[in-house]
Amino acid sequence: MTGELIDFGGLETRPAQTWGALRLVPLVRRDPIEDLRLHAKVYGDEASLVLLPDRTLYTAYVPHAFVASWTGDGTPAAAYGTQLGQPLRHVPVRVRRRMARRVEPGRLRFLPLHLALEGFLALHFGGPEIAWQEWSRQAVAHGLSPRAEDAYTGAEVRGLDDALKVFEIYPGQCGLLLYAGDTLASAFVVPHPEDYRALHPTLIRDLYGELIYEYALYHPARDFPAVIDESAVTSPADLRAEAERHEREWAGFHDSVMAAGLLRAPARVEQVYRMGRFTLSRFLPSFERKSENHLGETITDGEGRLAYLKTFRLSEAQSRRGHLLSALAAHGWSLPATAATLRIGVPMLAARLERAGFGQLLRQDVMDAFRKQLNERTRRTRRGGAASPPA
Amino acid sequence: METYADLIECEDVLLFANAAITSTGQREFHSAAGEQRLSLAFLHDYIHGNYPDLYAATLALDINDHNAALIIANLLKRGAGLPGAGDARLIAWRLARMSPPRVYRLFQELRRAGVNNRRTRAIIRDWLAARPDLAFDAVKYRSALKSAVRHAHLRPEGELGDFLFAPFRRARYEAPLLEAWRRAHYDKNALYELPYTVAEGFAARHGISRAVFLERVAPRLTKLERLRLTGAAERDGVRTEADLAAMPLVRLASYVLSLAPDVRARRRAELVAALRAAAARAAGARAGTWGDVAAVLDDSFSSFGSPVKRRRPLAVALACHYLLRALAGSYRGLWLSGRSDPLQARPTGPTPLGRRIIDALEGRPSLLVIVSDGWDNAPPGLAGEVLRVWRRKLDPAGEVGIVHLNPVYDAEQIEVRRLATVVPTAGIRDAEDLPALVELARFAEGRTGLAELRAYLEDRAARR
Repeated sequence: MTGELIDFGGLETRPAQTWGALRLVPLVRRDPIEDLRLHAKVYGDEASLVLLPDRTLYTAYVPHAFVASWTGDGTPAAAYGTQLGQPLRHVPVRVRRRMARRVEPGRLRFLPLHLALEGFLALHFGGPEIAWQEWSRQAVAHGLSPRAEDAYTGAEVRGLDDALKVFEIYPGQCGLLLYAGDTLASAFVVPHPEDYRALHPTLIRDLYGELIYEYALYHPARDFPAVIDESAVTSPADLRAEAERHEREWAGFHDSVMAAGLLRAPARVEQVYRMGRFTLSRFLPSFERKSENHLGETITDGEGRLAYLKTFRLSEAQSRRGHLLSALAAHGWSLPATAATLRIGVPMLAARLERAGFGQLLRQDVMDAFRKQLNERTRRTRRGGAASPPA
Repeated sequence: METYADLIECEDVLLFANAAITSTGQREFHSAAGEQRLSLAFLHDYIHGNYPDLYAATLALDINDHNAALIIANLLKRGAGLPGAGDARLIAWRLARMSPPRVYRLFQELRRAGVNNRRTRAIIRDWLAARPDLAFDAVKYRSALKSAVRHAHLRPEGELGDFLFAPFRRARYEAPLLEAWRRAHYDKNALYELPYTVAEGFAARHGISRAVFLERVAPRLTKLERLRLTGAAERDGVRTEADLAAMPLVRLASYVLSLAPDVRARRRAELVAALRAAAARAAGARAGTWGDVAAVLDDSFSSFGSPVKRRRPLAVALACHYLLRALAGSYRGLWLSGRSDPLQARPTGPTPLGRRIIDALEGRPSLLVIVSDGWDNAPPGLAGEVLRVWRRKLDPAGEVGIVHLNPVYDAEQIEVRRLATVVPTAGIRDAEDLPALVELARFAEGRTGLAELRAYLEDRAARR
C-alpha cells in the first residue's frame, strides 16, 4: 500500500526559535481538535518490557505511554476524557499490570514511538517465508530477534534540555518541528494546545536517532533574521506589510524546503486501529539512501487531516538496513533474485548483509563460501595486473 | 576633540554601568548563575584594570548592591596609595546606602580574602560607628558583627564587648535589647522584644505555636518582613497590616504578580491604588510632565526570569507601566501578549517585539519606552529592523525619542542585549531609576561624548 501525503491542513508555521544547534519551529492551529485529546503517563526512566501480539519479547526504552481519550459525538473531550471505545487488543499492552489498572478503562493507551519503531524492525520480522537453503536455522525459526535499534533519549542530545526550557510556546501551539543542524529531527503534532503544553516537557524523554545526536554536537543553527527593504517603506503601514511579508516568506520557505522531506508521501502506511472518525496508523519511508527517511505514526480524522503526528528520523546506517530488508522482502527472501535487482553478485549481497549487521542470518558455511569467492575474485583481478576495482 | 579611544572608553563605561545595574550574579532565564558570575567578574576586572578612576566613580550611579559590594571589595583589595585612592568618601557613602546584612557579608568576604589594610579597617570602624544602634546589630547580626569587630581590631566599649565575646559573664545587661536577649533564653515573654529573625529562633526553642508567635511579634516586623509574611500569616488568621503603598514600586509589582489571578481580581481596587500611589511617589515633581508617551512592555515567557528571580523582568515592566502612566501626560501601554489589563499580567507566549513597536510608533508618541529582555524571536531581528527603518526613513529628525530598557544582563554577550544600534539600551533594576536612565541613555546614543560622560559621573560623585 502506498500512502497519501501527510496533510498539514489547519496547521500554520510560525517563526523558529534557535538554541545552539537546534531550531524549533512551532506549528499553530487556529481551530483545535476538541474531540480527540491525548494524555501522557510518565512511567519513569526504566526500560519496560512490552508484550507484542506475536509473543516476542521486545526490549526498548519507553519513557512514556499515551492515553487517547475521545468522544464520537463531537462534544469536547477533556484530557481526562469521557468513556468510549474498547481497549485495543492488538496494540502493545504494558506488562506492569498494577500501573495499567490505575488507568481508567475505556481509554486507548499506546506507546508513541514504539509503535513505529517496532514497525520498522518487525517489517519482515517473521523472517524468510520460504526456507531458502542459505538462511540459517535461527533466521528461519526466530526471525531477526532481538529487534533492537539504537536511539538516544532527548536528555542525551546536547542542548535539547535548554532549548526546550527557553522555548516560548505560542498561544494555540499544537506542534513542534525540531531541527538539529538544520536537518529535521522529529515532528510532533497534537490535536489541542493544552495537550501540547502538557507534553512539551516530555519531548526531552523521546527517542532521537544517532544522526540527531551527532548533528547536535557539531552544527550551530543561525536565526533567519528579518530584513526590511528600506526603499519600499514610506509609512508605518508599509512597515507592517513588510513584517507580514517576511513572516509569510519564512513559513513558505520552511514548508517547501526545510520540511520537504517529511511532507513527501511516505512509502507505506499501515492502519493500526480505527476509533470513530479517527484512524491511528504508522508509516514507513521508502528507505532511499542519501535522503531523509522518517518513520512515525499519525492519527488522522475522517477527512484525513492530521490530528497527531510523531516521527523518528533514521540515520544513514538505519536507512541502509531498511533498504536491504525491504529489497529482500520484495523478492521473497531469495538471495539471487534480490542480488539481481540490486545489480550485484550474490556474494556481494551477503557481504552487504554482514556489514549491515545481519550476518548471523545466513548459514555459517554459506557465508564462508561467499567470503572465499569474494576474496578469490579480488585476488585474481589483482594478479592479472589490473587496477583494483574502484571503491 | 573625540578620539577613537575616547569612544571606546565611553562605550566600555556605559556597558559596565548597564551590567552593574542589572546583573546580580543569580540565575536568569537564559543563563545559569555560574555564567552570570563569570561574565560579571571578567567585566569588573576589565574595567578595574583599564579605567581605575572611573571604576570607583561608577559607585555613584544607581548600580545594584551586589555590584557595589564587588567594586568596594576590589577597591579595598588594591590598597591605598595607588591612583584613585581618594574614593573613601564615595565608598562610605555607598556602604551607608546598602542593607546591613549585605555590608556585613562584604566585611566577612574581606576577612576571608585576607584584606586587612589600614583603609579597610578605617572603613569598617567608621561604618560601625555610624550605625544607629550597635546593640541592635549585636543581637540581629551577632556572628557577622563579631567577625567585623575582630577583623578591624576594634575594642567595643562596655557591655557590648562582653555580649559578643563572653555573653554569660554578666548576670544582667543595662541595654534593654541585650537584656531581652539574655532573658529570652528562659522567659517566653521576653522574646517578643527582639527582632523577628532572632525571636523566631527562640520561639521554636520554646515551642510556641506559629499563630501565637506571629500575632504577638507583628508589631516588631520590618516593612519587608510584613510584606513577605502577609500570605503565610493570613493562613494562620493573622493580619500583618502590610502598608502596600509604602513599598518600593518594583517590590510591590513583584508582590502583585505573586498573587493568584483570582486574588488579584478580588483585591483589584486595593492593588491598583497601591501601585498608583507608589508610582506617584516615585514620579514626584515630574508627574505629568513627559507629554505623549507610549510603552512596549514584555510579558513573554522569558519575563518569568528564573526560580531565584521570580517574574523579576515582568515586575519591572509592570512597575514601568505605572510609573510612565504617572509621568506622562497621555500614555499608552502595549503588552506583547496583547493583554489589556496590566494587573493580570502573566509571563507566557513568544516575543513579537517588532509588531508591537510598529503598533506603538503608529501613534507617533513623543517618547517610546521599550521594556524587554531583548530576546526578540517572533520573528527574530524584526524589532531591530523596524527601529532602523523608522529612524532612517520615517523619522530621520528623531522627533520620537526611543529608549530600550533591559532588566536582564546577558552573560554571553557581556552586556544587556540590544535591539538596534540606532536606539540606546540601558539596564534597569528599579523603576524609580527610570528618569535617570533615560538621561543616561543620551550618552549611549553617541550624541554626547566622553568629556560629558566624565563630567556627569564626577558631578554625580560630588553630589553624593
